[in-house]
Amino acid sequence: MNDIGKPATGLAAERTERSGREAVPLSQRLAARGLDRLTLLVLPAVLFLLSLFIYPFLYGLWLSFQPKAGDGPLANYSRFFSDSFLYDTISTTLWLAVPVTLLNLALAIPVAFRVRLMRRQRLLTTILVVPITLGTVLVAEGLLNYLGPQGWFNRTLITFGLTAEPVRLVHNYWGVFLSLLITGFPFTFLLALSYVSGVDPALEKAAATLGAGPWERFREVLLPLLLPGLAITFCLSFVQAFSVFPSAVLLGEPSGATRVISIAAYHAAFEEYDYSMASAIAMIMGLVQLVIVAAVLGARGLMYRGATSGGKG
Amino acid sequence: MAIHAANFRELRLERLSREFGTLNAVKDVSLRIQKGEFVALLGPSGCGKSTTLNLIAGLLPATGGGIWLDERRIDPLRPEERGFGMVFQNYALFPHMSVARNVGFGLKMRGVPRSDARRRVEEAIGMVRLKGQERKLPGQLSGGQQQRVAIARAIVVEPPLVLMDEPLSNLDAKLRLEMRAEIRRIHNTLGATTIYVTHDQEEALSLADRIVVLRDGEIRQVGTPEDLFARPDHLDVAEFMGFRNRLNGRIVAVDGELAVVETGGVRLRGRMRGTAAVGSAGSIAIRPDDLHPVAPGENALIAKVSAAEFRGREFLGLARTAEGVDLAFHSERRLQVGEDVHLGAHPERMVVFAETAP
Repeated sequence: MNDIGKPATGLAAERTERSGREAVPLSQRLAARGLDRLTLLVLPAVLFLLSLFIYPFLYGLWLSFQPKAGDGPLANYSRFFSDSFLYDTISTTLWLAVPVTLLNLALAIPVAFRVRLMRRQRLLTTILVVPITLGTVLVAEGLLNYLGPQGWFNRTLITFGLTAEPVRLVHNYWGVFLSLLITGFPFTFLLALSYVSGVDPALEKAAATLGAGPWERFREVLLPLLLPGLAITFCLSFVQAFSVFPSAVLLGEPSGATRVISIAAYHAAFEEYDYSMASAIAMIMGLVQLVIVAAVLGARGLMYRGATSGGKG
Repeated sequence: MAIHAANFRELRLERLSREFGTLNAVKDVSLRIQKGEFVALLGPSGCGKSTTLNLIAGLLPATGGGIWLDERRIDPLRPEERGFGMVFQNYALFPHMSVARNVGFGLKMRGVPRSDARRRVEEAIGMVRLKGQERKLPGQLSGGQQQRVAIARAIVVEPPLVLMDEPLSNLDAKLRLEMRAEIRRIHNTLGATTIYVTHDQEEALSLADRIVVLRDGEIRQVGTPEDLFARPDHLDVAEFMGFRNRLNGRIVAVDGELAVVETGGVRLRGRMRGTAAVGSAGSIAIRPDDLHPVAPGENALIAKVSAAEFRGREFLGLARTAEGVDLAFHSERRLQVGEDVHLGAHPERMVVFAETAP
């Protein structure tokens, strides 16, 4: 960094000499605070954020206060919160996203603990990442075939006499739930694995020699050290699950039990052509996510967040 | 003193083995350790000393042999059922718990009533001289203090056995000396039985009642520090005990405890270790501090001085014989580089082996 900063420093020094002052040149003072030419490299990222995130967000916010029908700037919001068909989408979405995220975490932690000790970690992680790369639509298609009334799953159950009627697992809540679980698990797992691997294995050994059994080691030592990381994992996985759209349409009951908030926004935008209302729904959606994430991160602030190794390495 | 070691008579390792794939990390190690003993497992890295300790602690399953605590076979037990205290090389303190909670962890796991536990934690913290630090997190303590917490945590549960895995290797030299004395003091106060793993022979010699030298997973020699220091059984043990000079030659005479080795045209008399036939190959080992310039004579090695460092009381000299063997020795006078010097040592201070150095 300093090397790149030098030519600028040289120029500035010349200038100060000419002006006859002995003050430290501005470029040097900036460099001391970590600002030099290299800092300019953040510009593309800033531009990217401005044009693809901040501008659309502010535009959407502005648009949400310009209701199609008039009635004052808050008309969209009052309509949303007075129409149960609209405001129920919040609880519908939460009812999907929160249990899925929690279950994914609950499944990811033990698997991560097992995988941490494995030698062929990469092979397994590659296999687990496949659902991410497949995309939601392909997973939905697979699930429709597998879990549908004529799918392998129901045929097996019926063949073995475990059920007389096919179990309904698609085009309802469970279809979306399972799809979210499958597509969300790898992401949750990989994050959890990185946190689990970060805990010094000697701590577990120390706890064992002090008389702690497997459950006590987890509860007293590992879990408290993992919780801050798991809180972050929860937030990221939750946000992903909360914005569910394709699987809610393909595997769910988009006009009933799985009418999630993104469907409401889609409906407003592309079926009613009410961009203003759609923007308002998007803002509400963002706010709900923000509230949950803020609550989780706030709770994280109360936890121990220091090193996860037990002394000098 | 309320904290004292649990009662037992003897820990026995019987042909204990551990294989990692095709590698024999520990091979048929048999050892008896009496209550109250301080035993050091000494050896270079990869000799199996830490593996042996982990086997005793139960952190690794043995692949052969058994471990007995008096009449009880303990090797099938899990570490949490053995109840040994262990001090780890990197301390392994729970970073999210205060000093007091770290120390009290083992008591909590054993279901010791809270008031009793508090008293014992206080006492253990006092014993390692950390009064006033109870509420701090490990991250706020220095390396030496962290090590003290680790020791307090291991001893507060009054374990029959305290296992220490190179506990001082992360400390600087001054602190290491201080903690060494501290560890011995705590061992004596508790009447504890300690197994201490180290690669530092000085540490082992100064701390232990008995030293077990390991190499390639096998026991090479067991003895008191004095024994090992004066009478190593093997050339590699001698090397570990500071016999830096080793000369290969031929054994030309054996007379009871003494033997004569001919090397480079010089005959040297030393203590014989093991048995050897006259005429067979052998070697003689000498510590640098026992080798001094002497008057020319039959028992003196001739070498050319290649370096001399001032070491305060004496000079540490380096010299090379005509055969190209480098010798380290001590000298009271300054020697000139390139000067020829005759070097000799007292026969009691030289050790003869039937093996030869590589």
